[in-house]
Amino acid sequence: MTEMKLAALGEQNAVLGLRAVGFDVEFADQPEEAAHKLRRLVKSGEYAAIFLTEDLMESLSDLIAEYRDLTLPAIIAIPTAAGTTGYGVANIKKSVERAVGADILFKEQR
Amino acid sequence: MEIRVNPTRMELTKLKRRLTTARRGHKLLKDKRDELMKRFLALAKENMELRTQVEAKLVELNRHFAAASAATHPLILKEALCYPKVQAAVEVGTQNVMSVSVPEFRFDEKTIGDDVYAYGFAFTSSELDRALSFLRGLLPQLIYLAQAEKSAQLLAAEIEKTRRRVNALEYVMIPGLEEKVKSIVMKLDENERANNVRLMKVKDMMVAASRESRKNNL
Repeated sequence: MTEMKLAALGEQNAVLGLRAVGFDVEFADQPEEAAHKLRRLVKSGEYAAIFLTEDLMESLSDLIAEYRDLTLPAIIAIPTAAGTTGYGVANIKKSVERAVGADILFKEQR
Repeated sequence: MEIRVNPTRMELTKLKRRLTTARRGHKLLKDKRDELMKRFLALAKENMELRTQVEAKLVELNRHFAAASAATHPLILKEALCYPKVQAAVEVGTQNVMSVSVPEFRFDEKTIGDDVYAYGFAFTSSELDRALSFLRGLLPQLIYLAQAEKSAQLLAAEIEKTRRRVNALEYVMIPGLEEKVKSIVMKLDENERANNVRLMKVKDMMVAASRESRKNNL
């Protein structure tokens, strides 16, 4: 058991609050900037989980796919300040599809 | 898939041994896939529930923060939040689920404590306090979500890999080996028959030759 930090990355309004409870927070509005910061966060190896806003998650999906099979860090989608786009939920469905071949669990939902 | 080997008994034994191994591996992998699937489906369901809950709460949290930023000057808000008193950290371990190592996050409530207000209360609004206490209450769930979601992703990847292996064994390896074993057996049988025929032929010739010489001697 080792102790690791938590990080959040996204537009200021969505993640600023997390800083108050001790997350390492990076602000990024543009995908390129976010990609750069995300790479640095992952590379540092100090973080157990990185919380990323859904819009960035979507635009950086290629980069995130590279980190998908790493045990750490967990890259987790959180809603933006404007609300949720349903990307996080879609992501779970996608992993069910990946495992089973078809979405057999959540077909009827939404 | 055509496996090119010489049709000899030694190769036959070798192939048969490979076939047994492949069959056993196939059975084991199939069992592994089924068990992984069982765990994964349970985990995915939990993950989905957790995510819907957490997302709803995060949206609510954003509303709290919106209210706070409306009531407080943006600069003061930033100042109030940018120098936290606490450092969020989790104990990270790994758990072995069907030979997939998934992370396990243990969040100790005490490391953060309930006092997350790193500012004087003079210039900030009560909305901000409310938002922070709400966020503080949400933390354990947020961290648990991270663990569940990562585990689900890793299991999904492993299932995909295992399924490919099972299919490769079932539809390519095993049929290929079976076919080769069959062809070697047939080839060996054919040789056997050819040999018999040759022996019979030779015997016939020898009998004919001895009959001929006896006739000449008489």
